[in-house]
Amino acid sequence: MSRTQPTDPAAIAVPAARPAPSAGALAVEATAVSRIFPVRKGASVTALDNVSLSVAPGEFVSLIGPSGCGKSTLLRLIADLDAPTSGNITVFGKPARQARIDQDYGIAFQQAGLLPWRTVAGNIELPLELHGTGKAARRARAAELIALVGLSDFADNYPDQLSGGMQQRVAIARSLAESPSLLLMDEPFGALDEMTRERMQNELVRICGETSAAVVFVTHSIPEAVFLSDRVVVLEPRPGRIRDVLTVSLGDPAGRGENLREDEGFFHAVSQVRELLHGPGVAGARGVETR
Amino acid sequence: MTRRGRAILRRILVGALGVTLLAALWELYKLLGPTQGVMIGTTTVLPRTSDLAMPHLWVMAGRVLEPVTGAANAVPIWQAVLLGALFTLGIAAVGWLVGVAVGLALALLMQRFRLAESAILPWIILSQTVPLIALAPLVRRWGSQIQFGDFTWASWMSVALIASYLAFFPVSVGALRGLGSPDANHVDLMHVYAAGWWKTLWRLRLPASVAYLLPALRLAAASAVIGTVVAEVSIGLRGGIGRLIVEYAGAAGGDPGKPWAPIFGSIIVGLVAAGFVGLIGLFLRRFRRGEVAA
Repeated sequence: MSRTQPTDPAAIAVPAARPAPSAGALAVEATAVSRIFPVRKGASVTALDNVSLSVAPGEFVSLIGPSGCGKSTLLRLIADLDAPTSGNITVFGKPARQARIDQDYGIAFQQAGLLPWRTVAGNIELPLELHGTGKAARRARAAELIALVGLSDFADNYPDQLSGGMQQRVAIARSLAESPSLLLMDEPFGALDEMTRERMQNELVRICGETSAAVVFVTHSIPEAVFLSDRVVVLEPRPGRIRDVLTVSLGDPAGRGENLREDEGFFHAVSQVRELLHGPGVAGARGVETR
Repeated sequence: MTRRGRAILRRILVGALGVTLLAALWELYKLLGPTQGVMIGTTTVLPRTSDLAMPHLWVMAGRVLEPVTGAANAVPIWQAVLLGALFTLGIAAVGWLVGVAVGLALALLMQRFRLAESAILPWIILSQTVPLIALAPLVRRWGSQIQFGDFTWASWMSVALIASYLAFFPVSVGALRGLGSPDANHVDLMHVYAAGWWKTLWRLRLPASVAYLLPALRLAAASAVIGTVVAEVSIGLRGGIGRLIVEYAGAAGGDPGKPWAPIFGSIIVGLVAAGFVGLIGLFLRRFRRGEVAA
């Protein structure tokens, strides 16, 4: 892979136009959040039940759990793509809706979701264009981000000319376009093959180190959660609740790399998360996902 | 030659082959078919093969080059048909434009308001069940009552209106589908960007609808041409292909090649209209990448 040299962090710093989030506020604070989906008349599904979670600025938090545990729902609530039935969510001290309108976060989904009629550069410029950034500034910012994700040779290509991994890198670059202090990622590597996936994880660690953004990362891969996170939040399904929170101390992002995957601490944390997910005793006994 | 060039050449050749086959079939049946036509019981299922019912292709072609009538000042048929075709094409173009505008406006309205969709869509579908022949005299009568200032309603406007009545339908239905076609993912993304309805329309819904809109525009072009020809006949407007078809059909008894000239003329009008839409598609091909993309 043609990894570009990490761009000078100063170049990626928040542009002057963006007001910094109010100092001291948590990146995300969810207090007693529940989300109940009405299914039919009378019936309902409790996707989230009384969930409280806080994410500090610059912190990388993974949400992990089996399908149906409400991890994506929680992310959508933080992103204000959905509203909680009860409870309260603030992002940098503001209501989630205000934070969305102020573009305090960037988001990436499992599907890259690039507009097929726009080039790589055009896709990354889209949020900037929508928010009235000038043409020259847009160009410069897109070029910067394209270099950051190592796609400089592909700036003028269309999404259908890129591999799945490259598309996802464009989506991540797009989510960084407005230098958000918070990144929301919903299984962004879920559709990628194993090798691409590990490479993308390495890149994400590097990018997060360079942008010092907080990240809320939804995944159902245990090693992925452990490799990336400062804290792993384990959820349980029906109703979606937080079972436990594991603090992973694998060193600062800059020091993380390929070696970490072979590290004793890494394996230890992986089996800890596995135990939390499946309960003690079954750890390793079942052919659980070890991606 | 490049692969692309070869592909284009092959398409042209296959197209030409199709036309040739059709011509060969015509002549072959004329040569071998029974003079009285093929009958099942008392029903004729294939036409007679007499020179009157099925003139040779070269008779049709030859007739095009000869004057319309025996009169000394008569122009060749090809010239009369060409003028008629241009006249019809002009009216069809006006009808197409009006139809496309109305169709797009309706689709936008329906996309914007769910209520409008349930209120309007059934009427749009119902509108196409009204026979044109019934509509034409009504339109002309209503039109003749319109007059303000220097403006008076001309007959050709009635024809264009009827053409637009046919043309708006595929556009409104196609555009509605196209505007609703973006993935939930993309719609979420625009919501995340706090983009309003107009911005979402311009950056997402309209570009995404192109793949649905182009076939609708082509269908609308064909409908506009048919609508124009039929309305010319039922309103009795002179100067267009529709009128020529009726006029020349009267000569079929003694001059079997003549009625075919305006029929070919209407085919040419249809081809030009379809080609024009193809040209639009060429300009918008960036927005059709999704059609081939994974």
